[in-house]
Amino acid sequence: MKKKILKIIIPIIIVILVLDSATRLLMPKYATDIVEGNLIKEYYQESNKDFDVVFFGDCEVYENFSPVTLWEEYGINSYIRGSAEQYIWQSYYLLEETLAYHKPKVAVFNIQSLQFNESQSEPYNRMTLDGMKWSPSKVNSILASMKDNEKFIDYVFPLLRFHSRWSELTTEDFEYWYKAHTVSHNGYYMRVDAKPAGNLPSPKKLGDYSFGDKAWSYLEKMRELCEKEGIKLVLIKAPSLWPYWYEEWDTQVKDYAIKHKLTYINFLEVKDKVGLDYDKDTYDAGLHLNVWGAEKMSLYFGRILRDKFACPDRRLDKDLREIWSKKVEAYYEEIEEQKIKYGIKD
Amino acid sequence: MLFTSYEFIGFLAILFLLYYTVCRKMQWGLLLVASYIFYAVANPLYLVYICLTTLTIYGCGIVMQGITNSSKAYLASVKDTIEKSEKKQYKAMTKKRKRRYLVLCLVINFGILLGVKYTNFFIANINNLSGAGLTFVNIALPLGISFYTLQAVSYVVDVYREATVAENNLGKLALFVSFFPQLIQGPISRFGDLSKTLYIHHDFDSKTFFFGLQRILWGFFKKLVIADRVSAGVLTIIGDSNRYQGGYVLAVLFMYTLQLYADFTGGIDITIGIAQALGIEVKENFNRPYFSKTLKEYWRRWHITMCEWFRNYVFYPVSTSKGLQNFTKFTRKTFGDKVGRRIPVYLASLVTWFATGIWHGASWNFIVWGLANWLLLMIGEEMEGWSDGLNEKYNLRTKTGFKVFRVLRTFLLVTALNLFDCYQTVGETIGSFFSIFTAGNLSVLTDGSLLEVGLSAADFGMLIVGVIVLLTVSLIQRKGSVRELIATKPYAARAAIWGILIVVILIFGTYGIGYDSAQFIYNRF
Amino acid sequence: METLLEILKGLHPEVDFESEDGLIENMILDSFDIVTLVAEISDKFDVEILAEHLIPENFNSAEAIYNLIQELED
Repeated sequence: MKKKILKIIIPIIIVILVLDSATRLLMPKYATDIVEGNLIKEYYQESNKDFDVVFFGDCEVYENFSPVTLWEEYGINSYIRGSAEQYIWQSYYLLEETLAYHKPKVAVFNIQSLQFNESQSEPYNRMTLDGMKWSPSKVNSILASMKDNEKFIDYVFPLLRFHSRWSELTTEDFEYWYKAHTVSHNGYYMRVDAKPAGNLPSPKKLGDYSFGDKAWSYLEKMRELCEKEGIKLVLIKAPSLWPYWYEEWDTQVKDYAIKHKLTYINFLEVKDKVGLDYDKDTYDAGLHLNVWGAEKMSLYFGRILRDKFACPDRRLDKDLREIWSKKVEAYYEEIEEQKIKYGIKD
Repeated sequence: MLFTSYEFIGFLAILFLLYYTVCRKMQWGLLLVASYIFYAVANPLYLVYICLTTLTIYGCGIVMQGITNSSKAYLASVKDTIEKSEKKQYKAMTKKRKRRYLVLCLVINFGILLGVKYTNFFIANINNLSGAGLTFVNIALPLGISFYTLQAVSYVVDVYREATVAENNLGKLALFVSFFPQLIQGPISRFGDLSKTLYIHHDFDSKTFFFGLQRILWGFFKKLVIADRVSAGVLTIIGDSNRYQGGYVLAVLFMYTLQLYADFTGGIDITIGIAQALGIEVKENFNRPYFSKTLKEYWRRWHITMCEWFRNYVFYPVSTSKGLQNFTKFTRKTFGDKVGRRIPVYLASLVTWFATGIWHGASWNFIVWGLANWLLLMIGEEMEGWSDGLNEKYNLRTKTGFKVFRVLRTFLLVTALNLFDCYQTVGETIGSFFSIFTAGNLSVLTDGSLLEVGLSAADFGMLIVGVIVLLTVSLIQRKGSVRELIATKPYAARAAIWGILIVVILIFGTYGIGYDSAQFIYNRF
Repeated sequence: METLLEILKGLHPEVDFESEDGLIENMILDSFDIVTLVAEISDKFDVEILAEHLIPENFNSAEAIYNLIQELED
């Protein structure tokens, strides 16, 4: 009897192992191209997740703030849980999931994604969701994110989604088959090159400027969760010149912030105080900031976090100091590497 | 639900489980419910059509059976006193009474099929001829109606012919018409065959069950790894026949033949596999058709159940009809015995092929396809005596080289005929075909142009591997069942083969986002 | 029976119809042969063979065909 069961189970286990291995091989690695796909996953590699400040949102958070600067200047221990085109429900469930690991003092949310009431793109869904570990939050996030042509089972078994990559495999896929890699600095995606912001196209008029019900409901949930957990929620709008941030949108957020006594900072309005120079501080003509811009932003925002939200200086914490010294080292190393890559002289 | 969708696999898993556990006391009832769910998922409105067909053949069957029974009882009671001529007369009268119901039933069922499938074709032709400018009607073609109508008709005709006894249980008959594995694309079963295993209780038998699953898996391989992959290229080429001429047409000839074969036989493998896993026997529909030595043989090995249907219910009735028998007498008197007896047979065959063509689709393309088949078959028939003589003289038939030549020749003929199924119109089909000889661009076959039609080099590589696998399996099948052969191997080898097949389908199959899995080709009919 | 064998020989001279009992299964008679045969039989015998009689069991051997004719004559 025992032998009979083994005869059935062993082949099944082998097939499952092979399929698991194939899944790892065939899933995109996001190591040299579209690296932002790797960001969500990297959070789990952190040995100490006791962050005081956690950012949520799309590229407007993970390219515009540098946790290393926040640490160096203010001793603020922070992490960015950002991902490409992160929709607001995804941000909410990432916040919910983060609470399972630790409770931050401040949650910063970039409100650009309020404009989307439904997920816009399947590949972006995958970039945010595939990186998450399995949890009720992930399940709910998938259910809230799926477009009509998506199936839940494709998330459970990513092989079903990515199997056709068999003919597009590169050396990168084999290199990181079983090996994790890091592309960010506490969720920050670094660029050192610069491309001045030129003339941007004039924004086209929209028929309706009001945010959708689904988007609002998740902002509500986010606020309620923070209130319940005693976390201070800060809403921000990063100083990206494009995609255009409409006055009408801004008013809605401002009204919401006033109504619920939340802090809302529109960095577009304080970009001069921050000291941003759109000739030097952006790498793609005003869409995203480079490391010089991100450092200025961190300098400015860190002061607010310290003074207004009482974020503690943790530089005396021995364990943290050790962790951060390695991070700081890696950070400056990459700046130098990138300078060589982009041919930038000091 | 497509056979190759997650939903269908889930549906099957639940069905198998219930079938052998909770519902094992009411297996055929479960199958009827499952079939109606399968059908309703496509569109609940379609159920109206299939119920109407079921009810008419049920009623008609019962009434005809009643007439048969009472006439038999009467004849038995007067057995000793009745005159031979009287008996004949009585029998003829009985037939006539039954025929009224049969005709009514056929008119209703073919009427429905004609109405939903051919109305727009008639309108288009009337408009073309008269310029009447009638507007097209918007009727959805109920799923599988072409297949289940033939199956339903075969039932009433068989009851009429007393080849089978009418079914008294409406539910059982409803299951015969709607049995979901064969609803979409056949095989077209006869009641006498399918009813043997459809309604009886089946205990779980691990060998039949797993053989069934293996066959399903094999069907998935053919369909997902081969057919759906090549279909991307086929669609590109036939979608723009002005741009893709000559060499492209030559390529698409073979690509489409491969697609059709893998898709259709793969679908039937899934169908028969499901039935087998349920303990039910469905008639085979293919017998390695591309190994046929003549076109005639091909039509005995490809889509077998459909050909049998048209032979039994069109060709035989037409050729044995009084009118044609009298016509035979006339032709034999006029042209002599040898020629005279062939003309009526060819005529009956022509009618049959016309019907077969138009059944495949409401377009001239299919009619011409049917007639082309007929023409080639007749030519083959006429040349038989001549080639027999040649054979005798040189003793060709036993030579392997000549056998291979005949197989290839038949394959090429079939491949060329398939082109009618590919393109939309007769003109497009014929124009494209002849461009192979006139366009002078055969270099596109080798210069990399074929990599621009939606298939990568990797895809072509995979297709070549797939063809080799298909060919190998077919060659082994000549000696017997491949599954039986595998079953004789050690356990580890068996497990490895099926494990590899699962992994191969999951990785190299064409499915999921980015792939809009092509519907089974035969769905359209 | 003699007449029947004559008809059959006329169709396929190379076949030994007296012993062959798989005329359909072994694909000796195809559907064309069958309908030709039917026409011949209705010509020579006074019977009416209908589509419903055209089943393999009735045509697998000369004897089976003969039985069919007798049954119909009856």
